[in-house]
Amino acid sequence: MGNIIDVQHLIKRYDGFTAVDDLSFAVAPGEFFGLLGPNGAGKTTTIRILYGFSPLTEGRVQVFGRDIASDRRAIKARIGVCQQDNTLDPDLSVEQNLLIFAGYFSIPAPEAQRRAEELLEFFALVHKKDAKVMELSGGMARRLILARALINQPDLLILDEPTTGLDPQSRHQVWEKLESLKERGLTVLMTTHYMEEAAQLCDRLVIVDHGRILVNGTPVELIAQHAGGSVIEIEGPDPALRDYIAQNEVACDDLGRKLIIYTTEDSELNTIIRERFCAARCTFRSSTLEDVFLRLTGRALRE
Amino acid sequence: MRPPFDISWRFLKVWRRNLVTYQKIWKVNFITPLLEPLLYILAFGLGFSGLVQGVDYAGRQLTYTQFIAPALIATAVMWNAFFETTYASFVRMYYQKTFDGMLATPLSLEEIILAEVVWSATKAFGAAAIMMVVLGILGFIDFPSGLLILPVAFLGGLAMGAIGMFFTGITPTIDMFNLPIFLFITPMFLFSGTFFPVSNLPAWAQPMALAFPLYHLVELVRRFSLGVSQTHPAISVAYLLIFALIFLALAMRSMRKRLIS
Repeated sequence: MGNIIDVQHLIKRYDGFTAVDDLSFAVAPGEFFGLLGPNGAGKTTTIRILYGFSPLTEGRVQVFGRDIASDRRAIKARIGVCQQDNTLDPDLSVEQNLLIFAGYFSIPAPEAQRRAEELLEFFALVHKKDAKVMELSGGMARRLILARALINQPDLLILDEPTTGLDPQSRHQVWEKLESLKERGLTVLMTTHYMEEAAQLCDRLVIVDHGRILVNGTPVELIAQHAGGSVIEIEGPDPALRDYIAQNEVACDDLGRKLIIYTTEDSELNTIIRERFCAARCTFRSSTLEDVFLRLTGRALRE
Repeated sequence: MRPPFDISWRFLKVWRRNLVTYQKIWKVNFITPLLEPLLYILAFGLGFSGLVQGVDYAGRQLTYTQFIAPALIATAVMWNAFFETTYASFVRMYYQKTFDGMLATPLSLEEIILAEVVWSATKAFGAAAIMMVVLGILGFIDFPSGLLILPVAFLGGLAMGAIGMFFTGITPTIDMFNLPIFLFITPMFLFSGTFFPVSNLPAWAQPMALAFPLYHLVELVRRFSLGVSQTHPAISVAYLLIFALIFLALAMRSMRKRLIS
């Protein structure tokens, strides 16, 4: 079986601004794929092209082996989308949100009813069935958006920042549901700002900046390749340490008041720093996807 | 390539969504078309008719209340349809992001816009139907010809809803709807042969009045209520139909520009 998503040399320009600049990636069946990047990197633009919302400028996008430019409707019928904004219908109840949405997919009413009940059960929303959407908490609203995205039993689920703005409890609950969808073999494309979330859920991810892909790999690979595996954070570093680093070309980020050194566990460098330069406060920890992200996209604020 | 307008019967699903939401509030919305004509007839019939001798219209002598009764239905069609596709559609599009949600389904933007306009015509049709019954009981409408008011109200609703949707496509913020209301709807409301015949206007202003869709809507309703009109009904029907189609196309274009970049 071919790829679920196949994006080749995708370019998107509006009003002279290039939001997506020659992006290529593919997502295999059953894969949980992450699209990461700072604000304005082109993540949402890419996603909107994938689900047929925006037309592309150049390149080719295929979903389920069909071209998005010519087979938009057929593709959209098999995708579930969880948009960044809350697009729930506030004029309708929780259950009606699912039923009416099922109508847009031309799902027959009895089947829609059956699926709605199943999804409300799965997302623990049965008790809120008749509630107004406005009365839902942030976490419940997000679960309802997820439920709604699954009403057409999609072959591909697209999630644009599924847990932004949620409290830790709600976020973990959403993760748990996403894990269980992943176990069922659903193909997922997700954008997120939370590296922890990406590291936990994604089988593979790309980090995008300025509309271009910087890296592509599994979270473990990327951490090993770009952040060494181990990190030492030194607050108020000794000038001698800076000299040592410059001489030995150590991989590090100098934030002025803080030095971040990327190394590997049990390396010689690790021992030297521990013994010679750790007068001030030092933290030894495993490197994370966040280190990779910040190293690759820089620490400057966006927007 | 994408065809210029991508439309299928799926638009009825969006129409149904509006119907389902309307069913929750219909009891309140029912009262306006029921009471409004009574108030107008009372005010104009009792208060105003002493000042006005009656109207000589298309060769027939009408009392003033007889003259304005059909216009009440026509203006209600205008308000219902225009408000639906301006304020109500704007809220759905901008504040509730309902259209964004719909666009993640097999629905096309054109189907959503068409459904909004057809829905506004449906609401106008409902209001006209209630008013037709009320004014019919009061003796202001001849039957069975008066029943033709119903399809006319739907057609008029399409025309008014389409131009409203066009304004929604080009209006930056919801407060700016004051502008098309002040510049277009209010003059149309006053000068479309609603409260006095267009022939009372100065000669230079008459052709402008004839370009108002409300003029043709009033003419048609008056024709089917009382059997009199100045313009041939076929011309008025054709005018409203063409007006509706042109502004529907313009609305789709402006909304595509607005929502899809």
